[in-house]
Amino acid sequence: MILLTRKAEFSASHYYWNDAWTAEENARVFGKCANRNGHGHNYTLEVTVAGEINPKTGFVVDLKELKDVMEREVVSVYDHRHLNLEVPEFKAAQPTTENIAIAVWNRLEGKIAGARLHRVRVYEMPDLFADYYGER
Amino acid sequence: MSASHRLNCEEMSAEENRAVYGKCNNPHGHGHNYVVEVVVGGEVDPETGMVCDLGELDRCVMKEIVDRFDFANLNFDAAFQSRVPTTENLNIEIYKVLKAAFTEAELVEVRVEETAKNLFAYPGAYPGANEARASSGKAVGV
Repeated sequence: MILLTRKAEFSASHYYWNDAWTAEENARVFGKCANRNGHGHNYTLEVTVAGEINPKTGFVVDLKELKDVMEREVVSVYDHRHLNLEVPEFKAAQPTTENIAIAVWNRLEGKIAGARLHRVRVYEMPDLFADYYGER
Repeated sequence: MSASHRLNCEEMSAEENRAVYGKCNNPHGHGHNYVVEVVVGGEVDPETGMVCDLGELDRCVMKEIVDRFDFANLNFDAAFQSRVPTTENLNIEIYKVLKAAFTEAELVEVRVEETAKNLFAYPGAYPGANEARASSGKAVGV
């Protein structure tokens, strides 16, 4: 089995806020991220798929197709958007790096022909990222 | 490693090759600055504090891999006379060569970066690779 990873980038804004808590609790738990005006990041997304090499083509999957699926299912939805206000899955879940990784997995699972999803990695900043390997 | 290649399968027609490989089938080939990461693993030697001598690993990789593929045309390499020089196949070839040549520590994985956005890793079946987990990583530069 061999692993392939395709990277993509998107720029989005968000804030962290739990309506069930007081303003003080939100500030205590989320710190500067609780500012309701929001803030933004240049996110980097790495999607890793696993599969066997086709002995004829030498490919596992066509990386251009993987790129197109990522663009259609994730980047076009998240890029230059406010995650809390414009993306459905973050109406009821905090748009943390962890939850974004899980959401991206759910958006991509089953949509990549010829290989299975192995890992989604989301960098919120160059030194902060979350990995999700799915529930197996 | 800076190398050129052309993706073309002799068993397929010109139209099929174009459909499968797109621009990578252009007749005169194209190139990449490949980045190769070699991951070895093992116990830390209590005397040296090292898993292995990284200088030896570096020398081995230079001799067996970089000297062979750097500034080369992959299509002319012996490994790709009956296999298309996709980065998947290059990744496996590098792994196999190093597995035989470097025995000071266990070869865990070889990663090859074809472009800034296309990465490969082999093998993908190292222990723990398939465990269900979610993790946050904080990378610290040294």
